[in-house]
Amino acid sequence: MSVLEIKDLHVSVETDQGTKQILRGVNLTINEGEIHAIMGPNGSGKSTLAYTIAGHPKYHVDSGSILLDGEEVTTMTVDQRARAGLFLAMQYPVEIPGVTVTNFLRTAKTAIDGEAPAIRTWIKDVRESMSRLRMDKSFAERNVNEGFSGGEKKRNEILQLELLKPRFAVLDETDSGLDVDALKIVSEGVNRAKENTGLGLLLITHYTRILRYITPDFVHVFVDGRIAEQGGPELADRLEDEGYDRFLTESNVG
Amino acid sequence: MSAAPTPTHVSPTQESAVTPTVPTTEAMPTEEQHGIKEHSDGRFGFVPVQTRSGRFKSVNVADFAPVTGREAVWKLSPVAKFTDLTAGDLDGSTYQVDSTPSADVTVAWVDRTDPRIGTAGAPEERAAANAWTSFEQALAITVGGEEAKEITVSRAHLGSAPRGAHTIIEAKPFSQAVVILENVGEARLTENVEIILGDSANLTVVTLQEWNDGAVHLANHFATIGRDARLKHIVVSLGGSIVRVNPSVRLAGSGSDTELLGLYFADAGQHLEQQVYVNHDAPNSRSRVTYKGALQGKGARTVWIGDVLIGRQAAGTDSYEQNRNLVLTEGTRADSIPNLEIETGDIKGAGHASATGRFDDEQLFYLQSRGITEEEARRLVVRGFLIEIVQQIGSPALEDRLQAAIEAELRGTEEK
Repeated sequence: MSVLEIKDLHVSVETDQGTKQILRGVNLTINEGEIHAIMGPNGSGKSTLAYTIAGHPKYHVDSGSILLDGEEVTTMTVDQRARAGLFLAMQYPVEIPGVTVTNFLRTAKTAIDGEAPAIRTWIKDVRESMSRLRMDKSFAERNVNEGFSGGEKKRNEILQLELLKPRFAVLDETDSGLDVDALKIVSEGVNRAKENTGLGLLLITHYTRILRYITPDFVHVFVDGRIAEQGGPELADRLEDEGYDRFLTESNVG
Repeated sequence: MSAAPTPTHVSPTQESAVTPTVPTTEAMPTEEQHGIKEHSDGRFGFVPVQTRSGRFKSVNVADFAPVTGREAVWKLSPVAKFTDLTAGDLDGSTYQVDSTPSADVTVAWVDRTDPRIGTAGAPEERAAANAWTSFEQALAITVGGEEAKEITVSRAHLGSAPRGAHTIIEAKPFSQAVVILENVGEARLTENVEIILGDSANLTVVTLQEWNDGAVHLANHFATIGRDARLKHIVVSLGGSIVRVNPSVRLAGSGSDTELLGLYFADAGQHLEQQVYVNHDAPNSRSRVTYKGALQGKGARTVWIGDVLIGRQAAGTDSYEQNRNLVLTEGTRADSIPNLEIETGDIKGAGHASATGRFDDEQLFYLQSRGITEEEARRLVVRGFLIEIVQQIGSPALEDRLQAAIEAELRGTEEK
């Protein structure tokens, strides 16, 4: 059984005003097949956690570690992490000029598996995943994310999640900017991926909305760069009613 | 009858109903309307009074003033680096040419008195005129026969002394061929290439610049296209220090058609330039211009200027030009200047587009986060970007070779 462990993680970022510490000792263990939701107010460090796991060069790990089945992830390059089984669905997926979705997916799949996928089954898999995510066939020949709407970009992220079959995926505000129909389609895709591969999920969100469609096993409240409280799905309901004020007041006092 | 209807009994409350029928401000030209606001091409408000076809032309170098670098045709070129070609004496003798034998295609040196010389165009700047004044004999590639065929004409031994040259490529009526001009080795060359298409001829000309690192190559291609004839012209510039290939095409016969394609990859310190000019001079002519370039490394510089003139007699013209640049690293500069001049309103369409985009760290992160290595990510993006041009060449062997050459370009700069 796979496990992703984050231990006493401290992360800083260089800004114009100098080094800014963002994560201040994050501890989190995600087992295969579990869904963890991370909720918190803006600026609490949720996205920093997501990008640090994926290895974005902007974020500097000062101390602590991220272990995937006991192996240190923080010393791996970005692509090594992906090949080790980590995936990040981005809040703002970037456009890649000159690279079609088809070409991109095949190249990524080949890189992750270490060999090219069998052509016939691969084409079928891509077509079926796209159809389930209500993505028109024409997307396959378009350049990655170029001219895609916000909702289309998010669906394209989930398409990759389904096809690349990571062991652990971080979804960074995948729900932001989606209307309710798109939210349902995207959530179904995530649930399907989990059912098919049993991956572990870290769901980062500001709102509880997406948790109506993807039921978390654990909810963590992120405040000021660390986990301030954790519980089961009922904690999300409480946050929906009360908001984050309770935590913000505490942190201000501290 | 002619008196304008004047509203009577207008009370203040009715005023809003008497709306003027003149266009409202919404329909009036605004600052943002295309063509009113100046383009950001660095001309600093200078608007040439002449049309593109009205530029001074001469085959005699003495008719041109010394090059200062402020001229419209030279202002984006490093003119100080090739004064030998614009102002010096040139070696105009013949040189070694290797060509693949092909039925119905002859390759021969011809005298300056050959009647074809000067029929496709004349120099508009001093380096071209210098070449014209200097060449002793012209290389003539004459295409006949109606069957499809391919011929490669290679130059590999031009040497590093300044040289002037002249080439004629003639496609007889109804002939068809792919002519590949291959340029490798050392060169300090200024030259003119005349391309003459008879009625209904179908010619592809590929000029491939894979010179050594120090080479300087200034070329002007003048093409004239007969009735219902079709020219596909492809400029591929990869190697050389300064490479400037300016194709100028006159759609002279009704129903004539041209596809002008370009692919360039500028490395650190390289200057690759192309000034394209399409002159729609006959009814129902069609042109498509697509140039794509990649820039990588400090001081990599590209220039693309695309002039399209749709003349008074060019009713039914269908024209579109575009330039795309992909910037792979910091420290590069891509100039992209489309110009469109239309003298008749009776056309099917005319448009232009230009875009220069970066391959940046976020794109790299995105691709890497999907397991793709950095090297592969760059290759993927560049190959995807340039393949559109490569695929249209129509010579499978050359297409494969260019793919490999592009990959070598990527590897080459990674090692530096």
